[in-house]
Amino acid sequence: MAEEIRIGVFVCDCGSNIAGYLEVSELAEYAKTLPNVVYVKENLYTCSESGINEIKAAIEEQKLNRVVVASCTPRTHEPLFRGTCEEGGLNPYLFEMVNIRDQCSWVHMQEREQGTDKAKDLIRMGVAKAALLQPQEPIESPMDPRAMVIGGGISGMTSALTLANRGYQVTLVEKAAALGGLLLQLDRIGPSNADAASLAAKHAERVQKHPKIRVFTSTAIDQIKGYIGNFNVTVSTNGVQEEFGVGVIVVATGARVLKPVGLYNYDGEKVITQLELESLFKKGAFDAKKVVMIQCAGARNEDRKYCSRICCMVAIKNAIAIKERSPETGIQILYRDIQAYGTENEELYQRAKQLGVRFLKYDQAKPPKVEPGKVTVYHQLLGRDLELPVDLVVLSTPLIAGEDNEAISQLLRVSLDENKFFLEGHVKLKPLDFANDGVYLCGNAHYPATVREAISQALGAASRASIPLSKDVMKVEPIVSTLVDEEACRGCGLCVALCPYGALEIVRTEKGRKVRVIPVACKGCGVCAATCYQHALTINSYTDEQIGQQISAFLETGTEG
Amino acid sequence: MGNFKVKVRKKARYVNEDLCTGCGSCAEKCPTMTVDVYNAGLGNRKAIYKYFPQGIPSVYTIDAEACRQLGQGKKCGVCAKVCQANAIDYEQKDREVELEVGAIVVAVGYDVFDPSVIPEYGYDHLPNVVTALEFERLLSASGPTAGHLDRPSDLALEIEVESLEKDQKKLSRQVKQLEEKHGKSSAEVLAQVKSGAAADDKDLSGWASAAEKLSDVEARLEPLKKKVAAAHSAKKLAFIQCVGSRDFRFNKFCSSYCCMHSVKEAMIANEHDNEVNSSIFCMDLRAVGRGFEEYKLRGGKQSNIRYVRGRVAEITEDEAHNPVVWYESTTSRQVLHEAFDMVVLATACVPTAGAAKLAELLGVELDGNGFVRTDPLAPLNTSRDGIFVCGCAQGPMDIPESVAQASSAAACAAEVVAPARQTAAAGS
Repeated sequence: MAEEIRIGVFVCDCGSNIAGYLEVSELAEYAKTLPNVVYVKENLYTCSESGINEIKAAIEEQKLNRVVVASCTPRTHEPLFRGTCEEGGLNPYLFEMVNIRDQCSWVHMQEREQGTDKAKDLIRMGVAKAALLQPQEPIESPMDPRAMVIGGGISGMTSALTLANRGYQVTLVEKAAALGGLLLQLDRIGPSNADAASLAAKHAERVQKHPKIRVFTSTAIDQIKGYIGNFNVTVSTNGVQEEFGVGVIVVATGARVLKPVGLYNYDGEKVITQLELESLFKKGAFDAKKVVMIQCAGARNEDRKYCSRICCMVAIKNAIAIKERSPETGIQILYRDIQAYGTENEELYQRAKQLGVRFLKYDQAKPPKVEPGKVTVYHQLLGRDLELPVDLVVLSTPLIAGEDNEAISQLLRVSLDENKFFLEGHVKLKPLDFANDGVYLCGNAHYPATVREAISQALGAASRASIPLSKDVMKVEPIVSTLVDEEACRGCGLCVALCPYGALEIVRTEKGRKVRVIPVACKGCGVCAATCYQHALTINSYTDEQIGQQISAFLETGTEG
Repeated sequence: MGNFKVKVRKKARYVNEDLCTGCGSCAEKCPTMTVDVYNAGLGNRKAIYKYFPQGIPSVYTIDAEACRQLGQGKKCGVCAKVCQANAIDYEQKDREVELEVGAIVVAVGYDVFDPSVIPEYGYDHLPNVVTALEFERLLSASGPTAGHLDRPSDLALEIEVESLEKDQKKLSRQVKQLEEKHGKSSAEVLAQVKSGAAADDKDLSGWASAAEKLSDVEARLEPLKKKVAAAHSAKKLAFIQCVGSRDFRFNKFCSSYCCMHSVKEAMIANEHDNEVNSSIFCMDLRAVGRGFEEYKLRGGKQSNIRYVRGRVAEITEDEAHNPVVWYESTTSRQVLHEAFDMVVLATACVPTAGAAKLAELLGVELDGNGFVRTDPLAPLNTSRDGIFVCGCAQGPMDIPESVAQASSAAACAAEVVAPARQTAAAGS
């Protein structure tokens, strides 16, 4: 530690995103006065190539051994700047980021002076921490080049086939007795008009015959242990357990159709769901002459706020199917918004209109009323109630999350959204990944999707999963938990119980029961370090000392006091 | 499939990519201004430019048409003089590159529909009717108004005032000098010239015309300045959906993402200035992704957004350049009209201009709308084996779907090239 600390601070204007609301030059001047800071530069965009080059040049010319960037969020830009440090010849973990955009300019747009003061506090804290940063080396762990796909519907089968065709061994686990998922219950699928069951059968055959795919049906997943590159899965089929290892997991568990019990006098006979209508088609038992379909049955309401995306198109597809079977059958679709997004859907919507299907918009506040033989609905343009005679009412009900989602999410330690669908890592940038490494997502498990969308996502999830599979060794961020004081550890296991990632275990050593960190599984959340009353565990780059220094720096010359 | 030979033309940028450091001195000193396409034409940029600040690679390019030296044959060379990296190369030519590949992914995106062909929306002559993309630039902190919702008519007014003030300054200096030199007032000279007493005195008639011009400029400036002072940023916004989509005259299809970007723009405008209120005129409000319906409802509750069902029939203008929206309310069964500070057109997503030519080169089919045709059950496949298409090149879709499809297309391409790669790996 005899080394002289030489910190370079780069303050970003972010165009006017930051400079429009804070005195950035004042911040730069201020940074020069801080301890150990030997170089300060204001950049228009630190993340632009010129900004990056300035950092690299300064590391060399100014002999910087710590870099602080005060700009936007580490969520998007920390990897870039770490890489910059590395290219400049500095260990990438000798870098600290200060978020003066999200935490200052964005939230204090109307308070220039206070916002600038707060940014000074944050920079001072970042610099204080940077002085204590230690170099870290990435953690390496071997990669098991096999995959597991959970769910044997169209998404799961597509993902499994894609991975197997790339040469990876795949285990496909399906809880039902047969592969095919929801497709097995559908009649035809739009807009291709393909027969759903034969499409499912065709895929199932390819899956079953594929030499690289092993299929488990009627199988439940009991346990998943481990982490990317090294998952250990226990499944049971009719009471017989089996264990196997995989490197990555694709979640393709699908969804269920809501049964609208208690809604619109649903009885499964005269008032049925779209799914039940399709089974009538399949049996050749459809014979209604006056049909009313009601959209958003059990969706977009107080209990279930979301729009299930596909039900409008299901209704349109089935209305066309009825018109093709019996053109004289009258069909009215009562809707709130027709969700015929895109090219093909809108075309089908127009086609339904041409075939004589009538669309009538209803107001959520005045929903249709279903009685024997008639449906009453308030017509907004006429400004009065309309009575529609019916012999069959079809309810378009939403897809709802699979019943096992909660259990599977716990096994995998991944998140669900408020409607219990699986939640992707980032809505825009990581639509097929989870926040956890090595686990991927596609199809209805993520959110209601058409068959076209599900196939596309399944291909994409396989593509994402193949990235780690193609490597022999996984490299993981070293910002993880470390047992810094083995003597202090009493092996109480509190941290093990609280770790959300299964990254800690108790082992017997010569010195007794001690905790052991599995660095590849650790996400560096810090729960263990915060819990350990012996201070035996700490998180690299977030040590007690570093955080303590940050807090002291804040208190030292806090602008508030 | 598996063996394509591709000839790619790399256009000259007149800057050596290997030498340019992206420092920007050239653009700082370049004397030529031209329209900034990135800011949807709302601002200006230099003839040597970077498309947008974070552009990758961070290398400048000369807009040859606008450039004095390259496009207009004049002597300039300023950029070459100031460039310390010696990166400017006026002699650079387009270059052809030959590639041999096993699979091709088409990701050429889309164009935004030009609404000036819809006469009733007045986009080409109503200054405060803008497209969603223009509005997006106005909202952007790095855009032409630094994120303030200044109305284009007021911005034009400011420019007019500025130029008149310049004239006024020049003329008044001229007149003052003459007054001092001759010890006479301009009024006297004017009277003298008008009476014809100075008919052959060129100096005096010049003086008189300058004085006359000055009073004319001042007379024009006065009301304009008042108008500028009275101008306020846009508070009352209207968003018109399906501009060029779901319209049989132009495009039958739905552009998928515009409902959500109108809700988003209305919410951001309200976040920027909480006095902003917005009306979104739509047939159906298509909020079909995760959290979209909830987002839409939140916009209504928290961001002063009103959702109005109905197709807007016409947009006119009142004397203060406020666009007036005429529409039929399908809930109150009346034809209504309402004035707004600004109207935003949610323009359609249309096939990119070069799509047809590219399809011909690649030998792939387009669909009836001009997007690359795909198979619903093999959604990334084009009509030709080994060529895949993702994103808006195959039809309108939002960012998450495009990002997901990019991975999907990569999977398809990887499957095609996998055997060759494995052989190559085994051989090496």
